[in-house]
Amino acid sequence: MNGIPNLHLWLLPILPLAGFLVNGLFGRRLPKALVTAVAIIATAIPLIQVATIVARFSSLTLPHVERVATWISAGPFHAGFTFQLDQLTMVMLCVITGVGFLIHVYSIGYMAHEDGYWRYFAYLNLFMFFMLTLVLANNFLLLFIGWEGVGLASYLLIGFYVLKTSAADAGKKAFIYNRVGDFGFLLAMFLMVQHFGTLDYTQVFAQIIAHPAWQGGFLTAIGLLLLLGATGKSAQIPLYVWLPDAMEGPTPVSALIHAATMVTAGVYMVARAHVIFDRSALALGLVAVIGTATAFFAATMAVAQNDIKRVLAYSTVSQLGYMFLGCGVAAYGAGVFHLVSHAFFKALLFLAAGSVIHALSGEQDMRYMGGLRKKIPITFWTMTAAVFAISGFPPLSGFVSKDEILYEAFISPGGKILWFVGLFTAGLTAFYMFRLWYMTFFGKDRTADSEIMAHAKEHGHGHGIHESPWVMLIPLIILAILSVIGGWMGWPAGLGGNEWFTRFLAPVFNTAGLSMNPNVIHAPAGAGSDHLQLILAIVSTLTAAGGWYIAHLMYYARPELPELLAQKFRGVYRMLFNKYWVDEFYGAVIAAPVLFFSRFVLNFLIDRGVIDGAGFTAGATAQGFGSLVARIQSGNIRSYAGWLAFGAMLVLVVTYFVFTGSFMLH
Amino acid sequence: MNGSMTVLRILPEIIFTLTGVAIMLIDPVMPKQASRKPLGWLAAFGALAALIASLYQYSLPVGTAYFGVVQTDAFSVFFHVLISGIILVSALVVLDAVHPDTESLGELFALMSFGAVGMLLMTSGVELLLVFIGLEISSISTYILAGFRRKTAKSPESALKYFLLGSFATAFFLYGIALTYGATGTTRITDIAAGLATSHALPIAVVGLAFIVIGLAFKVSAAPFHLWTPDVYEGAPSPIVGLMSTAPKAAAFAVLLRIAYEAFPQLQNHWMPLLWILAAVSMTIGNLGALRQKNVKRMLAYSSIAHAGYLLVAFTVLSTDGVAAASFYAVAYAVMNVGIFAVISHAGGYEDRLTLIEDYKGLAYRSPLLGGVMAFFLLSLIGIPFTGGFFGKFYVFAAAIHSGMIWLAIIGLLNSGIAVFYYLRVLTATYTKPMDSSPVLNVPRVSAPLCLAMALTVAVTLVLGIIPGRVLSMARHAAETFPVFSTQQTPVPGTASAVMAAINTKAR
Amino acid sequence: MQSHPYTWNYLPLLIQVVVAAGLGLAIVGLSWLIGRGRASKAKLDAYECGVPVEGDARGRFSVRFYMVAMLFILFDVEAVFMLPWAVIYRHLPVLTGSRMFGFWEMVVYLGFVVVGIFYVWKKGILDWTNDRGDL
Repeated sequence: MNGIPNLHLWLLPILPLAGFLVNGLFGRRLPKALVTAVAIIATAIPLIQVATIVARFSSLTLPHVERVATWISAGPFHAGFTFQLDQLTMVMLCVITGVGFLIHVYSIGYMAHEDGYWRYFAYLNLFMFFMLTLVLANNFLLLFIGWEGVGLASYLLIGFYVLKTSAADAGKKAFIYNRVGDFGFLLAMFLMVQHFGTLDYTQVFAQIIAHPAWQGGFLTAIGLLLLLGATGKSAQIPLYVWLPDAMEGPTPVSALIHAATMVTAGVYMVARAHVIFDRSALALGLVAVIGTATAFFAATMAVAQNDIKRVLAYSTVSQLGYMFLGCGVAAYGAGVFHLVSHAFFKALLFLAAGSVIHALSGEQDMRYMGGLRKKIPITFWTMTAAVFAISGFPPLSGFVSKDEILYEAFISPGGKILWFVGLFTAGLTAFYMFRLWYMTFFGKDRTADSEIMAHAKEHGHGHGIHESPWVMLIPLIILAILSVIGGWMGWPAGLGGNEWFTRFLAPVFNTAGLSMNPNVIHAPAGAGSDHLQLILAIVSTLTAAGGWYIAHLMYYARPELPELLAQKFRGVYRMLFNKYWVDEFYGAVIAAPVLFFSRFVLNFLIDRGVIDGAGFTAGATAQGFGSLVARIQSGNIRSYAGWLAFGAMLVLVVTYFVFTGSFMLH
Repeated sequence: MNGSMTVLRILPEIIFTLTGVAIMLIDPVMPKQASRKPLGWLAAFGALAALIASLYQYSLPVGTAYFGVVQTDAFSVFFHVLISGIILVSALVVLDAVHPDTESLGELFALMSFGAVGMLLMTSGVELLLVFIGLEISSISTYILAGFRRKTAKSPESALKYFLLGSFATAFFLYGIALTYGATGTTRITDIAAGLATSHALPIAVVGLAFIVIGLAFKVSAAPFHLWTPDVYEGAPSPIVGLMSTAPKAAAFAVLLRIAYEAFPQLQNHWMPLLWILAAVSMTIGNLGALRQKNVKRMLAYSSIAHAGYLLVAFTVLSTDGVAAASFYAVAYAVMNVGIFAVISHAGGYEDRLTLIEDYKGLAYRSPLLGGVMAFFLLSLIGIPFTGGFFGKFYVFAAAIHSGMIWLAIIGLLNSGIAVFYYLRVLTATYTKPMDSSPVLNVPRVSAPLCLAMALTVAVTLVLGIIPGRVLSMARHAAETFPVFSTQQTPVPGTASAVMAAINTKAR
Repeated sequence: MQSHPYTWNYLPLLIQVVVAAGLGLAIVGLSWLIGRGRASKAKLDAYECGVPVEGDARGRFSVRFYMVAMLFILFDVEAVFMLPWAVIYRHLPVLTGSRMFGFWEMVVYLGFVVVGIFYVWKKGILDWTNDRGDL
């Protein structure tokens, strides 16, 4: 084997698939304990395998490619089930298997009383299978399989409570918005096949590197289409609206799929295809602009939400915007770094929120919470760690990664405005996160007003406010530790660190001499900018502190203020509360005309008129000929023999004409 | 002559022969009332052994045996595997559908094995007389099998029709061989091309080829030689129809491929337009005929005519692509057709409890498994992606379009569109709620052999539809055995490729 | 084209075919046109040398006759195959390159014939009087 070790990468996705098959096919009849065991083992073993791969990482030649089978072989075009391992994949694998495993464990407690327990774990394993396929793929087609697959799993899990109309609708919404993005991704792949003749990462990127003259042009087209795909999956403007509705799914699902892993697939894809984006100033610039704009608008919308999960959903959209901003200023390492730390603290936030909801028998409205600090202390303390992390207080993980993105934005040409918006958003982030913190854990206990809790009590399954079981708390604690220290692996050089994380990823993104675009700067922080980074860090910390202060003022010190402000700036508040009416806008501008078009033009005119008419005519004609064919079919042997002889004669006649050259096909 | 090697070259044939003989010896000594099931399992295991032997033959070097009359190469072995597999599935289906103490059931299994010997010899024979004998062995056993339900009126009628018309067609084939011999001085397929190059009687050879095509077109039920098909399929027992609509056709197509591309490559411009017309007419007549059928077996008979037409489309492509597409299609078609007849045999039974499309109403409610498998094969016959039927059609039409046969491809695609109608009628019936009087309510429980048969056919159809690469490369490999396509720079003197090269240089 | 003179050779044959077919058609067609076609019982009766017809021509008799006749032909033809084998038996070692190949081939062949006889026998086809026959 030429000394190349066989890591059996195919085992990684295959085990969750096996778990899905076992639980999906037989789960209904299996005892709950066995369902749990299957699901947990199917995610634990990949985690162990990833750990062993990490352990022997330094001995590997990267990228490490393992070919499992040929899938499509059409002429010169090949695509296979081929897996690839490099630093970027490695990072993603750690996040997916690590966070994925923790959330599986958490789900045991969270879903314990739900119907369809087996169905839930089957879907969750299915998701793991597709997500691992997505990051392990070494060609765009296989990535697309994973991409579509996680979309499917997400759809199934959002609509997990099948009897709730809103859940089913939310599932459909997520699916449809993702389809719009997938359409762009597909077109991008078609373009790649046309220009490169292959979808293999190595070959595509090698071709681009071999042609320094390729700038913009079709690469811009591919980049923009890929970006459309990424905005769908990663909930960026203009396709972000599905993510808040996706909160209809069970909370651990929101944590795993709609915060930590699936929605970051778009960031992963942009980082993976950075060779293409590097060659197109327009596409890359658009990534940065979309990211910044999304980060800002989502943060403003988060301010006016009352549902705890919706706040977190908008926060996720906003943080994904930061990752796009990082990628958009060609600091892919920073983007991926934020992806990792975000996976820790956002998964933690969701799980802690889940723990709160669990404690309150399903209440999600923050207006009916308050004062929970003492009642659920572990949840409170872990959540506190996450709130401080996301708000960007040093030395927590969110501070390190977000600051690196802001710093990279600041030093990139023309990036000052991006930096400023990003900074302002950081303040907003601190504000709405502390707003959540105060409304949930401090102040008066308002749970008595909750109709949901009263309802639950009436039916006898209500139980006083209580801390969650340990099976849910341990993942919280582990994630809290990670949220605190997770950022230290990439401590910026400007603050005395060694930026281990960025340097680890450098081989993937550092394709020296590749970028011909003066706009793009790959250089790690230069020596001269140490002070700059320090100053920027102080500025952003102060901004976060400012956000905290305002939240403190409004939701702790003077709780009557928000009402007053909402009265005073009624227009603004209503706009934020209604999320800028984007859903309504899409409904009026896209859905209504489409509905009109499909109902009136397609259904009435085209379908009933043209197609049915043509179908009817064709049908009648075909039936006419058919009856002719049937008439020959007399059942009489003599006539059959006659026809046979007649046919033979025709063959001879044709042969004669062909022979004399009077019948030609070409 | 290396004795053991010689035997290995006809190993599957020998296995089938011995299986048949063993059944013939055991059957008469068994008590008359005893169940004939063990004989069926014997036939199935014989077929399995032959299948394994065929796969083993892939490891043999290309070569001939018995004075050069049989040749094992990638092409013949490809069809050996296919035919052995079909016999295996058919034996399982018969085991399921036919009551074990049916009259002379042992004979049925023996005839299946003997028929298989004939079909295998057709694909591996490179001597036209041997091919003819193989054709006769396979035809005679299918004639008898078609009339196996002696106590009914329709079954013997269909056997008689098949026999009389079949003999008529075989006469054409034999006459074609005679004329070819007259024109080229040989009946060895591998030598005809060389004989043709020096022949002074080209018109005789052309007529001979036309006659051979007529004989084989009858066997594959290509229009206008298709008239026997609906009547025979309707009358013959369903498990037998599954067999005879696939295995003998695959063998006949193999012969046609070999004769067209290996024996008469110089006459490409003569046989190609002829097959173009046969393809177009078969597709159209098959699909239009199927539209009006109320009887499921008759409908599938017309559908098989149409499928023969699709397969003939590949013959208009004069490259390995064409041969590979044809071989691939033969596999895809055979597997899905034998699969759907497995369901029909079980649901309708040996006695044809269900005949009309509306009799199938509610099958999916009575047995979700049968309904699902039926639906799956109907979708494959339509050519929906992720089934073998899709890639079969895809490769054939892609090859046709690639070589400029645009019109033929358009005719084919239009026909595929028409075909959706009648397959969907069966599909709708299957998934309509049954009424209390529906005959489908009496469908017996699914047995183990049927499960095995359905699992095999469904699995292969899925493999062909999802990862067709492996089978396609086998088909391509099979196509490359024909000397016309050999990529050698310096052709061996006297072979077809040398002749082709000579003709090409002359043309320049 | 070089083949023209060659096909020309078949011209007389073609004329022969055309004349034969034309004559046949002409005779039948003319008699159908000119003849008055008035049917009577005597005209429609089967012609049996002027003797009045008795009974139906489609008399039924035992299927065993057919079976035995068929078996006779089968084994007869199989035996005939031995004749050419016997004629060239001495040359077979040279032709096949193996001393005993020809001999063993015939043994195999006869083996199949014996299996056939065994089958027919056991099935009771040769048993004329007994109704055990699987007919």
